[in-house]
Amino acid sequence: MYLEKALAQHGINIEALALGSQARASRRNFMKFSVGGVAGIAIVPSLVSAQAPQGAPAPKAGQKPTEQPAAFVTIAKDGTTTILCNRMDMGQGIETALAMICAEELDADWAKVKTAFGNQKGNYVDPMMGMHLTGGSNSVKNSYTQYRELGARTKTMLLAAAAKQWKVDAATLRADNGVVIGGNRRASYGELFDAAMKEPIPEAVTLKDPKSFKLIGKPTGLKVSRAKSTGTQQYGIDVKLPGMLTAVVMRPPVFGGKVKSLDASAALKVKGVRAVLPVELDRGAKGVAVIADGYWPAKLGRDAVKVEWDSAGVAKADTAKMLAQYRDLAKNPGRQAPGAGFKADVSALASAPNKLTAEFVFPYLNHAQMEPLACTVDLKANECHVYTASQMPGVDTGAIARITGLKPDQINIHVQMAGGGFGRRAVPTSEYLVEATNVAKAYVATGKRAPIKVIHSREDDVKAGYYRPYTLHRAEIGYDSDGKITAWDHRIVSQSILKGSPFEAFLVKDGIDGTTTEGMKEPYAIPMQLSVHHPEINVPTLWWRSVGSTHTAFVMETLLDEIAVATKKDPVDYRMSLLADDARGKRHKAALQLAVDKSGYGKKTLASGMHWGIAMHESFESVVAFVLEAGVRDGKPVIGEVTAAVHCDFCVNPRTVETQVQGSALMALATTMENHAITFKDGVVEQSNFHDFPMPRITDMPKIAVHIVPSTDPPKGIGEPGLPPFAPALANALRRATGKPLREMPFKLA
Amino acid sequence: MVRFELNGKAVSVDADPTTPLLWALRDNLNLTGTKFGCGMALCGACTVHLNGDAIRSCTTPISAVANQKITTIEAQSTDRIGRAVTDAWVKHDVAQCGYCQSGQIMSAVSLLKGKKNPSDADIDAAMAGNVCRCGTYTRVREAIKDAAKAIA
Repeated sequence: MYLEKALAQHGINIEALALGSQARASRRNFMKFSVGGVAGIAIVPSLVSAQAPQGAPAPKAGQKPTEQPAAFVTIAKDGTTTILCNRMDMGQGIETALAMICAEELDADWAKVKTAFGNQKGNYVDPMMGMHLTGGSNSVKNSYTQYRELGARTKTMLLAAAAKQWKVDAATLRADNGVVIGGNRRASYGELFDAAMKEPIPEAVTLKDPKSFKLIGKPTGLKVSRAKSTGTQQYGIDVKLPGMLTAVVMRPPVFGGKVKSLDASAALKVKGVRAVLPVELDRGAKGVAVIADGYWPAKLGRDAVKVEWDSAGVAKADTAKMLAQYRDLAKNPGRQAPGAGFKADVSALASAPNKLTAEFVFPYLNHAQMEPLACTVDLKANECHVYTASQMPGVDTGAIARITGLKPDQINIHVQMAGGGFGRRAVPTSEYLVEATNVAKAYVATGKRAPIKVIHSREDDVKAGYYRPYTLHRAEIGYDSDGKITAWDHRIVSQSILKGSPFEAFLVKDGIDGTTTEGMKEPYAIPMQLSVHHPEINVPTLWWRSVGSTHTAFVMETLLDEIAVATKKDPVDYRMSLLADDARGKRHKAALQLAVDKSGYGKKTLASGMHWGIAMHESFESVVAFVLEAGVRDGKPVIGEVTAAVHCDFCVNPRTVETQVQGSALMALATTMENHAITFKDGVVEQSNFHDFPMPRITDMPKIAVHIVPSTDPPKGIGEPGLPPFAPALANALRRATGKPLREMPFKLA
Repeated sequence: MVRFELNGKAVSVDADPTTPLLWALRDNLNLTGTKFGCGMALCGACTVHLNGDAIRSCTTPISAVANQKITTIEAQSTDRIGRAVTDAWVKHDVAQCGYCQSGQIMSAVSLLKGKKNPSDADIDAAMAGNVCRCGTYTRVREAIKDAAKAIA
């Protein structure tokens, strides 16, 4: 079978995993997910049998680990209700959103609800994908019904326990705000919980009519807000275990380089340094781990290590040379992109009355999550505990099993709160977890043993790899005087993110990585021919918040805007005219119209020098439209009011939708700012910290109003869709201001 | 051995005197509320108060704080202005990932200790050294203004 073969190539033996029906079902779901974005993902060896709740009857056949209330809800005697989150939270607020969904159907007292994280094992896998994964803006989308049912099942069991105690029919009882009520009798959830968990788990439950929701759909603050405002929230980098040591790793300056000679004598003299050990690294590289009592002695030790590197056998990326190489490639068609929509006949180009030829260049980008990567590994003879904020502990378990020789069920990944992620913590190679495990392994090999926390410095984070790929687009477009596009010949040159990874089987089709082309053309009715070149470059690449749409949306939305202006069309009307009248087209129209209405576009007079900028884009099944005001002053962009409209279907937590869209917009703004690019010279990353890879500040933050299109359809993604349309909306306004198109990121206005 | 006052209590740290205060707090004194972001005073995640003024603890060696007063995020719940700022942060739901917020709050408290009713320009000047990758800046500004009202 396709899947088995694909996983076997990566040393994963699917037969040994005893995959349950859940995982098999998720395989069928796979294609559905790979259409919208990158999050369609493999099934991994972490799938183990569910933990049976203590003292509970065995779950009925057919009941899945992800459907068992005892694994998700605990209610203490005082009513404190802890709801476990089957995701990693990196600021997207999923621990609160999932708790809201469960608490709604449970009729819990929201004031008494707390949240916690599950591990990577059977109960906490994504019910659609069969593994613990946080990405693709999928969390609410895939777990909405699951968490509603979990809440409803728990409530049914609480009602049953009360009915048994009071010797009445459960149908005569009701629940409200953490209390079961029957006539004059009341019992709190806390009193009933232990007995309730011994009741049979109901197979079918009736869910509420969404019209009666008290919690879902209301702007709700994060449950962890106070912890995050008092320094008491623990992140992965804060993990502390008894006897723990801290390590930093010296990585080769060129990816895949090796240590030629090592002199650790000075490093070992640094007070607090325990060991300096050669260690296996990502991409076949060999480096050095400095293990010490704390970060600072480890860092001083690393500064004192003398290493000669051998980079002779590895290719050295050079972004200046790559530009020439990518341009050369784009002169000829690449491999045909799959999908009927990309195979249009473009012979009309030759006779087109108007032609637009454009080249776009997008740099490598570092995720720059505020918490540098950190991973603590407690490696013992028969078990391995890993403490880190990973987006894919399911995949990581397999990788750690392979290098430790342990079985997947001997590995426990304790999912931590993340100080940002943006994709950097979802590494198909599990690079930073494997590295930390290799450090622990090397230390154990010296005859000692201690939990070891590997911490990246900011410089390590900037230089250690896994970037949004450097990408070049070339478009040749023919259109008539009425703005009708008669032919669009398009080529993309970009490294494949997923080739060679366990995800290749699912997301690389006909040799084309779906993460490169996602976001092209759709939903517009345009005759497009799309081909792709995937050059091999010695730079590790990775998804970066909104992935392919970080560049495809920019290309599509700026080019269409140029054609609108060239043919004297209103940019809103022009976009509307290219949209079909189907469900997808209607969602786009609704989002764009809402942004137009709320912004005052077409009615309001802008200040002198300010211009309208419009763009919209669908990613992760949600559509976001931006209408903004911007101009250029002293060679720098000035941004006025920004209006966003979001169509994410039913909205669970409007406050999170607002913050995610505002945050995504700022992250997009960063990509336009001077020097926000990762470049290479002779194989070495030229940037190192926030002085040469700068971040937007409070003084850069525009005022962004976020409006949500009302909808009762099942919820879709929101962590990423706000990002892609912001930069093209800004570029469109700035082009109106200067008359010059912006086709390179970061922007060069001079 | 370096001695200083931490959140009102005398402490001593047995570490190389060049050790940044940040790592003494996190590794030696087990106060992990102060965060490591850049190590170069570029992002403000490590902001603490030295005798009441905001400083970047990642580039301040412990030798420089000997016998002086250090205040961290952990002590803000017992400080009038600190409490007001923290409450405003929760009310406005400022935090997304939250990793930078200890530093943001310490800069905001320092601002409000000096200026009871800060203007937007004051806020820009006091907060521009604190990076938030999640983009919470709008709420940071609103929360500071709200905290200013609460302590007026």
